This record gives sequence, C-alpha cells and structure tokens, in this order.
Amino acid sequence: MLKPVTDADGAPFWEYAARGELRVQTCGECGEPRFPPRPCCPHCRSFASEWRPLSGRGRVWSYVVAHPPLLPAYAEQAPYNVVVVEPADAPRIRLVGNLVTGAGAPLGSLDPARIRIGARVRAVFHEGLPQWVLA
Amino acid sequence: MAGTGFKDATAIVGIGQTAFARRLPEDERTLACRAVLAALDDAGIAPGEVDAVASYTMEETDEVELAKAVGFGDLTCFAKVGYGGGGSCATVALLAAAIAAGQATVGVAWRSRKRGSGPRPWSGGTGQLPTPAQWTRPFGLLRPVDETAMLARRYMHEYGATRDHLFNVALACRNRANQNPAAVMYDRPLTREMYMTSRWISEPLCLFDNCLETDGALACVVVGRERARDCRRKPVYVHAAAQGLPAQHHGMVNYWSDDPLTGPAWTAARHLWKHADLTPDDVDVAQIYDGFTVLVPLSLEGYGFCGRGEGGAFTEQGALETGGRLPLNTGGGGLSEGYVHGFNLITEGVKQLRGTSTAQVPGAATCLVTAGESVPTSALLLRS
Repeated sequence: MLKPVTDADGAPFWEYAARGELRVQTCGECGEPRFPPRPCCPHCRSFASEWRPLSGRGRVWSYVVAHPPLLPAYAEQAPYNVVVVEPADAPRIRLVGNLVTGAGAPLGSLDPARIRIGARVRAVFHEGLPQWVLA
Repeated sequence: MAGTGFKDATAIVGIGQTAFARRLPEDERTLACRAVLAALDDAGIAPGEVDAVASYTMEETDEVELAKAVGFGDLTCFAKVGYGGGGSCATVALLAAAIAAGQATVGVAWRSRKRGSGPRPWSGGTGQLPTPAQWTRPFGLLRPVDETAMLARRYMHEYGATRDHLFNVALACRNRANQNPAAVMYDRPLTREMYMTSRWISEPLCLFDNCLETDGALACVVVGRERARDCRRKPVYVHAAAQGLPAQHHGMVNYWSDDPLTGPAWTAARHLWKHADLTPDDVDVAQIYDGFTVLVPLSLEGYGFCGRGEGGAFTEQGALETGGRLPLNTGGGGLSEGYVHGFNLITEGVKQLRGTSTAQVPGAATCLVTAGESVPTSALLLRS
C-alpha cells in the first residue's frame, strides 16, 4: 500500500491524522479553510495559518469503484470504492478516502451497492490514514 | 497569446506520422525523427530551415537529440508545454505566437510516445502529472481513469447524463476509425452490447470509455502566412489559439475548486472565441480530446456547443456522426485511431481542411481542435 509522501505544507495534516484527528489548514488572518494546504492564503495573501479541527462528519460528493489493472496491493482488494467527502463543517473542502465497514477494514469491505452520492459518513482512523464509515 | 497580429498570421503546412500500433519495434527517438521528416517533406521545407520547435514536457526525445539527428538549422526558439495531453494544441499555439511575433520562421511541433508497449505512467511508486499524490494515491485513486471517473460520476448525478451518452462518443470515434486504414481499430466495429457488457475499469467508466494504449509519433510544420502560400500543400490557417488554467484549478483531481464541473475548457474557450471571427455555430468539424469519453460532453459544454449540463444530450440522434450536428474525431481519435497525447487530433484537423480525411466532411472550412480537458489545456481554431 502507498503511504502518503508528504511535503512541508501537507505534513501537519498527517501528524494530526496519526493522532486520530481530522484537521484542515485555515488562514490565520481571514479564517478561510483551504485544501490542499499551501504556503499562503489565496483570499487575503496572509502567510499565517492554523489547523482547525473538523467534526469528522460529512457527505459523499462522488465515488468510483476501481477494478484492475491496479498496483498489486490494491488489486488484491479490488473492486474497492474511492470516495470524495464534503465535511459538514467545511463543505468547500473535499477529501479523498475510502468508505469501509469499520476502521482498518479492507478497501473493498463495503458492498458498492450501499454507496450513494449524498450519503452521510463519519471519519475513523487506521494506522495514520483517515477512513470513512456510513453514519 | 493572441493579439491583433495573431489571427490567421500562421498556417500548418506539413503533417507527418508513423504507423500506430500496440507495439512498434523502433524507439521513441527514431519514431520522432521519422514523423518530423515526414511532416517537413509534406510541406516541401528542408530540415535546415527549421528554427523553432515545441513539444510536451513528457516528451522523451529532447530538442537537442532531434535537432542533431534530422539536421535542423540554428534554433532560436524552443519550448515545452506541461500537463500531458493538455499541452497538445499549445505546442502549435506557441510556435504560431513566436512566428507571428517574428521570433522564428519555420516551427516544428511533435509528439513521439510508446504508451502501447512502454510502462503505464501510473504504475510507478511516485506521483504523476500535476496530481497532488499524497491526498489521493494512498486511498487507491491511482490512475487517470480513477481521477476522471470521480468527476464523471458527479457529472452524471448532477445532469442526468447516462452511459448511453458516453457510448455515443465511443461509437462515433469507432465508426470513423472503421473508415481509416491507419487506425488501430480500423477493422474492429463496436456495438452497444459490447459497450454495455464490457469490463469495468473504474465505475462508472468501462473499458470502451478509455482511450487506446498506442506506440506512434506525429509532427506538424508551422510557418507564416506569406511563406505558407509557397508550400507544397494548401495552408491550414491558425485562426485562434488559447491555453486555459482556471483560477483555483487542481489538475485532473479538480475536486477542490468551487465548481469542479467547469474545467479548463471554459477558460480556454473564453479566450479562443474572443479572438476569433467565428462562433461555435460556424465550426464544421471538431477534434475533441478523448482520453476518456466523458471529456467530450464536458468539452462540448466548455467550448460553447451547448449549455452547461447539456453535453450528454448533445450526443443524441447521431450528432457526432458524419452528417450530424458536429462530426467528431473523424480519424477515430484517441479512443479508436491511436492515443498519442492528442497530437493525431491536430493532424486530423489539418486533413479535414485539406479535404483529405478518410471521413471527409464535405466542404469543411473550419475545425476546432482541443487538448485534454480536466488538466491545464489548450485549443486551436483552424480554418482553410
């Protein structure tokens, strides 16, 4: 499985995720959240930022079900879903992830027939990666 | 790039290509040389006269190797455009701008790629294109088809577009390939049943929603309009050109802008039509980048052939077929002729305006050619 290859802007997201926290970079001046993280705010050009905790609740914005050919570790779990989730408290931030039956379950654990755009989901964590379960 | 001095100031006067196949024995550099020399021969211009070149950042044959192999003269202008298939039309646009501005006189654009027999770009362990890999790849969003399928699902959900609409795109391209002996899918007809029962690659996209994996190379020659009149072939004028990188765009994983379903095509189109004497209604034939079927309805909306959300319905009633409202990808496109990062769409546009396409639109005088939608893109409006 591929681990996140982080950079200076993205590292805090993964440090919080390793502690089971979902946080998003937010401008320290105007308060606008932004994703993916970047050095300065495109709204007010401030270089000040903070990492705001999210509730972990959201809705499915879209999803795919991936089938081979895939990288070997992913092919073993195929077909599996990948979702884009809009967090309830930051709807303009959309996070890519997997909808699974429980924290640590395989990528293909949830029957794709149970997935709908608009479905309510909540974040769980496994080995430093956020995952999503049906709420 | 287009000021008052750009419109019709340059023309494509030569095109060249190798065979297209799943596997060609020669390497990319050799294929590049063959395509470039064929294009110059088509134009009747000696390699020593070339003073400008342009290609893609993903191109493996750099200008130094190409120039010394085919014997170019002194180059005074050389450029590469990023974002994979989004850069196809920009290679010609940059040459046209340089020639219109007096920075060069004879330009060559090319693409040589062994995507058929070579490695799949996504199969490496690192990121690709402009993908911010840390936010997507650990979750198994690995391939361009996965990234595009995510937008496709949302597009179908918001607007009611269907798999039949995507099939209409695949079928139009395949039907034209069946008329084109150079197309990889020349002797392989496609039916609705084949499409609907084919294997999934990334739902909602199936096998036939994906372009081919092809070895091949193509090139074209651009000169000023005065010089063009003296060339061997009928000039095809670069009427307008544009690039498009929208504000807050994120590349193929454009899920983080306010409106992910209005992509780079909308940005390029605004510039293109603003600098053109033509409107979408004046376009006789279109070569629209088809790395995936769903990029066609998105592009039809972006370039103004229909309203937002109407791209799926636009494909109905044979609109994209010969004799339809907008004949599409008349050589077969990336879906059925060959996938060489969209460069064969440029050369097919030239063939249409010369009157030499294998699926000729009678009297075609204007052609829109587009590059990859969903990445920073580019477009050419050609006329005879």
